[in-house]
Amino acid sequence: MDITVAGIKKEVQENITIDKLIENEKIDNPEYVTVTVNDEFIDQENFSGKELKDSDVVEFLYFMGGGRI
Amino acid sequence: MAFTNEQLERYSRHIILKEVGAKGQKKLLNARVLIIGAGGLGAPAAMYLAAAGIGTIGIADADEVDLSNLQRQIIHGTADVGKAKVKSAKETMNAMNPDVTVNTYRTYVTSENILDLINEYDFIIDGTDNFPAKFLINDACVIAKKPFSHAGIIRFQGQLMTYVPDKGPCYRCVFKNPPPKDAVPTCKQAGVIGAMGGVIGSLQAMEAIKYILGVGELLVGKLLTYDALKMEFHTINLPKNTSNCAVCGEHPVITDLIDYEQIECDGK
Repeated sequence: MDITVAGIKKEVQENITIDKLIENEKIDNPEYVTVTVNDEFIDQENFSGKELKDSDVVEFLYFMGGGRI
Repeated sequence: MAFTNEQLERYSRHIILKEVGAKGQKKLLNARVLIIGAGGLGAPAAMYLAAAGIGTIGIADADEVDLSNLQRQIIHGTADVGKAKVKSAKETMNAMNPDVTVNTYRTYVTSENILDLINEYDFIIDGTDNFPAKFLINDACVIAKKPFSHAGIIRFQGQLMTYVPDKGPCYRCVFKNPPPKDAVPTCKQAGVIGAMGGVIGSLQAMEAIKYILGVGELLVGKLLTYDALKMEFHTINLPKNTSNCAVCGEHPVITDLIDYEQIECDGK
C-alpha cells in the first residue's frame, strides 16, 4: 500500500504499525517525536497498536531548540 | 499622527503595497513587539522589525556577546564582544531606524518576570535556544492570551509556528513536555548553519508584521519546517481538536507557570 510520510509518497507493507514505520524511517529519539496521522495526534502508547491504512498521511514533528546561543 | 517627509521616504516601499499603505504603516509604528533572546533568531527578527518601523520593540536577554555568536547573530559586531547583547542589539536597531523605541531587559525570562514582560506587548517572538524557556513562553502567552511565534533551529533545519489565542493549537499541544536535559541536542552541541537563523528569524518577523497588519494567513494550526540541505519547505497541518491540551485545552491542568530545569547553554 502507499502512504505519504513527511510529504513524500512511499510504498510500505500492508497494515504497518507506527512503531515499525519509525524503525524503517530510522527516526532518532522516537520517544521525543510527535506523530500525526491524517492530521490527528497519535499517543506514544498507541505507536505499537496503530496500524496504518492505504493513503494515510503521516508526519513526524521534532523538538528543535536553537536560536539564542 | 502625520508622517514626516523622512518617514514617507523611509517607508515608501511599504506604503506603496496595497496590503500596507499609510494606514498599515501607522499600525506598525504604533505596534509593540517583544523579542525574547537576542541571538540567532532574535537578531534578524529584531533588525527587520526595526527597519519596518515597529514603534516599540522590547528585547530580553541576560547574556553578553561572545566571539562564537558572530557566525550567525548578525545584530552584533566584532567590537561588541563582551557587551550585553541587549545593549549591542539596541545600538544596531537605533542606528538603523531612529523611529523605533527599543526597551532592553537584561534578564532571562522566568515564571516570576515573564507575565509582566509580555503584558506590555502585542506580539511575542520566541528566539530562545532551550526548551524550558520555550515551554515557559508558550504557557505564559496562553495564560495571558498573547500571540507569539515559536521557532527552533539546529544543524541545517528550522521550524516555526504561530500561536494566536483561541485560533489554533499552542506549542504544548504539539509537544506535551520538555525533553529531559541532554535528550535532544542543542545548537551548541550539534551546530547550526549561520544563515538558518536569518531564514527562520526573518520568517518570525514576517509573522509579527502580518499579525499587526491583519493581512494574509498566519502559521496558525500549522508547523512549517525548512530543510536547507534538501532546500525544501514543508507545512504540516496540526490537529484541529486540541481540547485536551494541558494548558490551552478546555480543562487546563497547567494554570501556574513552571520553571523547568535549564539546559546548560553558556553562549560559548
